[in-house]
Amino acid sequence: MYKIVGKRALNAAGTTFEMLVEAPLVARKCLAGQFIIFRTDEFGERVPLTIADYDREAGTVTIMFQPVGRSTQLLAGLEPGDYIRDFVGPLGRPTEIADLKRAAVVGGGVGCAIAYPVAKAMHAAGVAVDMIAGFRSRDLVMLEDELKNSASRLFIMTDDGSCGEKGFVTDKLRDLLEAGGRYDEVVAIGPGVMMKFVSLTTKPYGIKTVVSLNPIMIDGTGMCGGCRVSVGGETKFACVDGPEFDGQLVDWDELLRRGAFYRDAEAEQREHACYLTGGARHG
Amino acid sequence: MADMSLKKTAMPEQAPALRNKNFSEVSLGYTAEMAVSEAKRCLGCRHKPCVSGCPVNVRIPEFIQKIAEGAFEEAYALIASTNSLPAVCGRVCPQESQCEGKCVRGIKGEPVAVGRLERFAADFHRENAAAEEKPEKRGTNGRRVAVVGSGPAGLSCAGELARLGCALTVFEAFHEPGGVLVYGIPEFRLPKAIVRAEIAELEKMGVTIVTNAVVGRALSVDELFDEGFEAVFIGSGAGLPQFLGIPGENLLGVYSANEYLTRINLMKAYLPEYDTPLKRAKRVAVVGGGNVAMDAARCAKRMGAETVYIVYRRGMAELPARQEEVHHAEEEGIVFKLLNNPAAVLGDEDGAVRGLECRAMALGEPDESGRRRPVEIAGSSFVLDVDAVIIAIGTSPNPLLTSATKGLDTNRRGCIIADENGATSRAGVFAGGDAVTGAATVILAMGAGKTAAQSIDAYIGHKK
Repeated sequence: MYKIVGKRALNAAGTTFEMLVEAPLVARKCLAGQFIIFRTDEFGERVPLTIADYDREAGTVTIMFQPVGRSTQLLAGLEPGDYIRDFVGPLGRPTEIADLKRAAVVGGGVGCAIAYPVAKAMHAAGVAVDMIAGFRSRDLVMLEDELKNSASRLFIMTDDGSCGEKGFVTDKLRDLLEAGGRYDEVVAIGPGVMMKFVSLTTKPYGIKTVVSLNPIMIDGTGMCGGCRVSVGGETKFACVDGPEFDGQLVDWDELLRRGAFYRDAEAEQREHACYLTGGARHG
Repeated sequence: MADMSLKKTAMPEQAPALRNKNFSEVSLGYTAEMAVSEAKRCLGCRHKPCVSGCPVNVRIPEFIQKIAEGAFEEAYALIASTNSLPAVCGRVCPQESQCEGKCVRGIKGEPVAVGRLERFAADFHRENAAAEEKPEKRGTNGRRVAVVGSGPAGLSCAGELARLGCALTVFEAFHEPGGVLVYGIPEFRLPKAIVRAEIAELEKMGVTIVTNAVVGRALSVDELFDEGFEAVFIGSGAGLPQFLGIPGENLLGVYSANEYLTRINLMKAYLPEYDTPLKRAKRVAVVGGGNVAMDAARCAKRMGAETVYIVYRRGMAELPARQEEVHHAEEEGIVFKLLNNPAAVLGDEDGAVRGLECRAMALGEPDESGRRRPVEIAGSSFVLDVDAVIIAIGTSPNPLLTSATKGLDTNRRGCIIADENGATSRAGVFAGGDAVTGAATVILAMGAGKTAAQSIDAYIGHKK
């Protein structure tokens, strides 16, 4: 059992949460880019989440998530003092912070939670970072101060223009590239569709584009093969070969299809559970 | 005088048409009367050929004699003195090629049903005596040993070392211990309550199990030594699924057997109170002919598939699965499409499986495995109309741990190189089971775990 020792909403709308979990075995060694798998209770799925931060001394790990599916909704229902049944990690390969001069870090929605430590680490290493953070609207914007402090320039984009500029992150990235912005690397973390279009945007410029994938998986150690993804025509397991890959080599259409495989089943199950229990766990 | 009937006492089973719709155990076990009657078939041979066929040297004629006398608890104690998981072995060991394969009674007629009797004694103990037993924590000798992986090899090694007085910690990556016993072998062949009870017996002996601990990521072998463990046993299994490498393997509805079985067995997709999703396929092709393929096919049937095929490139005689498993699968309505090799998985416009393209094969000359090599028949391509494909063509050792451990030699298949005593290229590091041999059986892994335990005991004894 893993104790929740902190929780806060990350945006005004209260749709994204930060949670601190006591997990000394994970905190001891984890590095940026790695992930954990949690299971809220005996009946829950095993769900991967990227590690947003950690405190080795306190033995805590920070996760940031948006309740979307049933498991993340159950997680969001827990409060400090409550326990998570399982919390295993660190899994996956850590981020490789190469020798860079200029980089663009693109975050979409809750993906900004994971883009933030990447930008922070680069900024601290002396890299000139352009951070582009995209949200649907003002009330969903998160980590604004943190992002500002870990980048040379921060560009916030919203779909409705209620904060920063109106438009997609790819619009801003294209503008910056067309205006002569030359990056040694672009990092994109967010929804699959966003990462796909960031990769397409950078492609004509031949800029290395790193994406962090979060496909459906069970064990996170290479055992189930459920997280397989085609990269440059080869099948890779995101859990052990990734989660970070060269976005220009990823077969995005396959990835997006595989990510949506259980969406219908889950919607049906949610409806069923709500009908029976009003959304609470099993009576 | 022994009972000279040529046939084994029959094992009661759930009827096929009933059991292929539920996950309850297929074989129901002997009653006390059946067990005594079967035990009386044993000749009590003085040279004990059966014992030589057992990787953990269960004292077979002795325990069977006890059953014949009605001393069931004593029979259990005899089994448990050399076997850490009797109720498991009584169910999943391939007895026909081990103890029963050596039984003198098998020369003319059927051998003594050693497996069924072992299961009976273990079940009797669990249902009658286990609850009353005082925890028999052994006095430890202060020597700490770490075991990586809580499957058959790891548990057997831990049990043996605990018996020898060592303090054991078993590290498991999953949230539940048992390895393949909980994620792979289905409930209807090996109820998970039985695995839990066997593990509880080990815990009573003082074995500590740490779940959610991935050695190779969260912990390294070197760190285990730093933390004061004097020896490390690696029983991390063969967990890496192999795929066919044919077009369409990433389509929606293609599962590795590992994923499919884990969703059902460990994650309980068949129970409505669990959140685990699984595609409810109508027509399923399972590719492969081993025990895992049979398990996957029988699970698919129970999950509601109307038609389930086993697609295997060789013939009936070459199926690597146990005969009993093949027989049970056939009874349950699994359709065997033998001498067929998959060439491509076909998808619809949404990227979901709509068929499996196969080619008919003929058997040619024997290959290096001694089995006749399948050769494609030209122009024999056809499409099996299925909406899910499960790939059960084998697994190989997971490189996660070996790649993170310096000085631990592996062969070109990724298997850890260990000698017959379980010693690896690194001092103090021992290994056994599928991590060394590649995918094999539960009992071979248990035998390797036990052998390594004795080597570890000798190793830390010498260090003194």
